[in-house]
Amino acid sequence: MAYIEARDLRKAYGTTIALDGVDLRVEEGRILGLIGPNGAGKTTALNAILGLTPYQGHLSVLGRDPWSARDELMRDVSFIADVSVLPRWIRVSQAIDYVGGVHPRFDRAKAESFLAKTSIKRSSKVRELSKGMVAQLHLALVMAIDARLLLLDEPTLGLDILYRKQFYDSLLNDYFDRSRTIVVTTHQVEEIQDVLTDLMFIDRGRIVLECSMEEFESRYLEVMVRPENVEAARALRPMHERQVFGRSVLLFDGADRQRLAALGDVRSPGIADLFVAVMGKGAPGAPGVSR
Amino acid sequence: MSTPSEALRPPVPVHPPVLVPPKQSLYWSVRRELWENRSIYIAPLSVAAVILFGFVMSTIGLPHRRRATLLLDPAQQRLRIEQPYIFAAGMLVITAFLVGFFYCLDALHGERRDRSILFWKSLPVSDRTTVLSKIAIPLVVLPAIVFAIVVALQVDMLLLSNAILLSNGLPTATPGQLPLVQFWFTFLYALVAMALWHAPIYGWLLLVSAWAKRAMFLWSVLPFLVICIFEWVTFRTIHFATFIRYRTAGWVTQAFVPHVKGTAPMDPLTSIDLEKYLRTPGLWLGILVAVGFLAAAVQLRRYREPI
Repeated sequence: MAYIEARDLRKAYGTTIALDGVDLRVEEGRILGLIGPNGAGKTTALNAILGLTPYQGHLSVLGRDPWSARDELMRDVSFIADVSVLPRWIRVSQAIDYVGGVHPRFDRAKAESFLAKTSIKRSSKVRELSKGMVAQLHLALVMAIDARLLLLDEPTLGLDILYRKQFYDSLLNDYFDRSRTIVVTTHQVEEIQDVLTDLMFIDRGRIVLECSMEEFESRYLEVMVRPENVEAARALRPMHERQVFGRSVLLFDGADRQRLAALGDVRSPGIADLFVAVMGKGAPGAPGVSR
Repeated sequence: MSTPSEALRPPVPVHPPVLVPPKQSLYWSVRRELWENRSIYIAPLSVAAVILFGFVMSTIGLPHRRRATLLLDPAQQRLRIEQPYIFAAGMLVITAFLVGFFYCLDALHGERRDRSILFWKSLPVSDRTTVLSKIAIPLVVLPAIVFAIVVALQVDMLLLSNAILLSNGLPTATPGQLPLVQFWFTFLYALVAMALWHAPIYGWLLLVSAWAKRAMFLWSVLPFLVICIFEWVTFRTIHFATFIRYRTAGWVTQAFVPHVKGTAPMDPLTSIDLEKYLRTPGLWLGILVAVGFLAAAVQLRRYREPI
């Protein structure tokens, strides 16, 4: 049963095409990373899934049309738009009261126990919290909601490395289970590489790469080629070549590991390396580089 | 897990349907507005405090003034004695209108400005419930707050002046001179009549708030001013200005029996003319227009993103 299913999803803002025929299928129990440069259509895709923006094409989320059935859908879908959307005037206790008051699937005790692990005071206003604490609060609120689908749009933007790591650790350990699905967009791809089960690259409103992480690890190999083997390696038609400390690093799609091992040191590439290779060499807005 | 039903893509049978009753969502949304906009009760309370302070100051000359008042004829006596009480109520009504005006202008703009609309929209609260909770502030919450404050303020004023009068050996005001209970009933009626009469104004302000990216005050007021000026320059008439005056102040003449100048003051209760008010087309047309504005605001919020 697909939690999200899109066929030929399209969206244009005036003459700017944000989504250009996206096909998408996300099953139950997956953690999908939606990676793309700025303006690639990531947020538009999430907004369409959330019923925040009208679209053309077919889209079904938990079996519903998100635009027409948005209010019901939001009982089963949670989302964190980015770190700065909690209203600055609200007190921590008020935020808990409010979400508890309007959300049928909110477990107050759960939220309280998540917050107990932080140094956030109930009486503080959001404007008095650090960025990292606001993210913790938002995550505590969202994790206490028993939703099937969680969408995260740049959830850790602007947080330092400790908070970022903690954010994903909490999600994996205290929230994620095989009956939930998480879709996350982020620029900080290296950090979520181990978190994801599926990977999707989006560029100019189109999906340019789509694979599971198992596939990713078996398909893509990176070789730091010994200088004398460079020509031989290039003959195997790498998808990308870059220079690291004066040595050539070649990225291959579906090449034979044994054969590559004869040319140099073989390893699995990072998502960022594959991203750069797919999007074109050193494309502006490459993940891990732009922000 | 390939069952035939899967091909039909039924809604995911996630949980038994759980619902928060719409009333409960509305209740929490209104509470949320009060958390965010504390001026809704702080502004009327502050005005009440200033009035009470001024009244305390004025009691210095009260025994002297009251002796002079008691020499007048009964109608004049009543006018003099009830005057500060009516003034206090009037000030609070004006305060409530101003608070409601600026509250509505910001209500659907502020959440886009600070991006919190993305948080509110991540919760299962419909746009309709949100807009209803916001219009409830000027139409229900503010009148209720003002009523409670006015009653409390007038009771304080009465107790204070009675204490002073008694300590000076003067009689306290009789119910005939100061018919407070009848006044409260009439005041409540006036607040409801005014709120309904002003509903299209608040609806318009919410619509501007949902629509405009900036300069909400200009967008809300300038179009009307421009029409007035255009009409005066072109036709030398003031029909539109008269219409605006009717929309802001018309409830007074429509909901009450007009007081004829020079006659004795009426009993507050007999000044109520509910039948005439309910027969005024302006009341119902206004409510209809307000509903239209609010429906448009709901639609706009649906498409709205952070600014």
